[in-house]
Amino acid sequence: MIEFRVDRRSGVSTYMQLVHQVKDALRLGLLMPGDRLPTAREVVEATAINPNTVLKAYRELEREGLVEPRPGLGTFVRKSLVHDATAEGPLRAELGAWMARAKAAGLEREDVAALFKAVTDDTY
Amino acid sequence: MTPTEESEKHVDELALETRDLGKRYRRTWGLRGCDLRLPAGRVAALVGPNGAGKSTLMALAAGLIPATEGRIEVLGRVPDGTGCPRGVSFLGQDKPLYKGFTVAETLRMGRGLNPDWDGEYATRLIEEGAIPLTAKVGTLSGGQRTRVAIALALGRRPRLLLLDEPLADLDPLARDEVMKTLMASVADTGTTVLLSSHILADLEDTCDHLVLVAGGRVALSGDVEDLLAAHHVLIGAGDPPLEGVVESRTTGRQSTVLVRAPGAVAPPGWRRETPTLEELVLSHLRVQAAQRSAA
Repeated sequence: MIEFRVDRRSGVSTYMQLVHQVKDALRLGLLMPGDRLPTAREVVEATAINPNTVLKAYRELEREGLVEPRPGLGTFVRKSLVHDATAEGPLRAELGAWMARAKAAGLEREDVAALFKAVTDDTY
Repeated sequence: MTPTEESEKHVDELALETRDLGKRYRRTWGLRGCDLRLPAGRVAALVGPNGAGKSTLMALAAGLIPATEGRIEVLGRVPDGTGCPRGVSFLGQDKPLYKGFTVAETLRMGRGLNPDWDGEYATRLIEEGAIPLTAKVGTLSGGQRTRVAIALALGRRPRLLLLDEPLADLDPLARDEVMKTLMASVADTGTTVLLSSHILADLEDTCDHLVLVAGGRVALSGDVEDLLAAHHVLIGAGDPPLEGVVESRTTGRQSTVLVRAPGAVAPPGWRRETPTLEELVLSHLRVQAAQRSAA
């Protein structure tokens, strides 16, 4: 089960934040096919957002084929977004080794994040 | 009525509709020329400065006071002025509860006063807040008292819930608790909520509809998403754009202009941004205040 976090200062609309968090969880393997998403009531009890916002996020995820509603039961994950390379595997290990070197070289967390973003922007 | 008209009416079902509604208190108008259409199923924020007519509008909708002029329909009916119509719950600023009653006695009172009382639901809301049923209302914290008052209002299973400043006097933790209770009940029942507040930050994530009143009139209303999509903030230097300008402010060489034009394009050298709900409301309020003092 996923627990949502709403960042009121991010400038990203609440429903998009929910969509992104589900996708991130699907990428990292925290949510797998067959898992149930929390009901709108469960989400609003935890976050005090409007339940219509939750339903809108779930409709968007359904439109993208990632989840499916089962009437009376809830909304369930249909598809995983795990790239074997994302969760486990050699790429993650390489990045881990690189980050250890960056830390040893005295780079702060923010330095690493900025560098990572710059290289991502160059590449994609 | 033909079948098509009937189905269209269903799609567009209104929880509250007013036309040219006015209420005069002796010599001053509390509300005048108020036109409002609140679709069913929304969680609507009623915002505006003090004395703008928020409480008057609530009291008219709750059937507590008669209108002086114009028309009001609540859940498709004209309130008969004998109190809260069936299907409507109203919670006023003073949250009337008997301090000497226990929570259980308060709920029993709710059952006695309301033919449609859902005691199981009201009790569940109390229990979810971990409030002991044997506690005297006078000994509860502000947040707990608000929760009891809301449980009393929701026990009527309203289709329209009117809340006048429910969050005033509550600390941040209690505010969060109350909003969670409310949103859970919206998830449970799909009830329409009209909630007044002058603290907009409380409402940004919870309300999907906005009703802005100023000087006794509705200055702006609509679904929040549509309102945000229709407004842009343009930032630049030189001559500001001309179309759909709501408010223009200049600091040194820089102008910041709020425009209401869905497809607005930034002029060369200008930057276009999306306003926050708070920016949008404050701009409209400043403009209304300036117009009134000019009049």
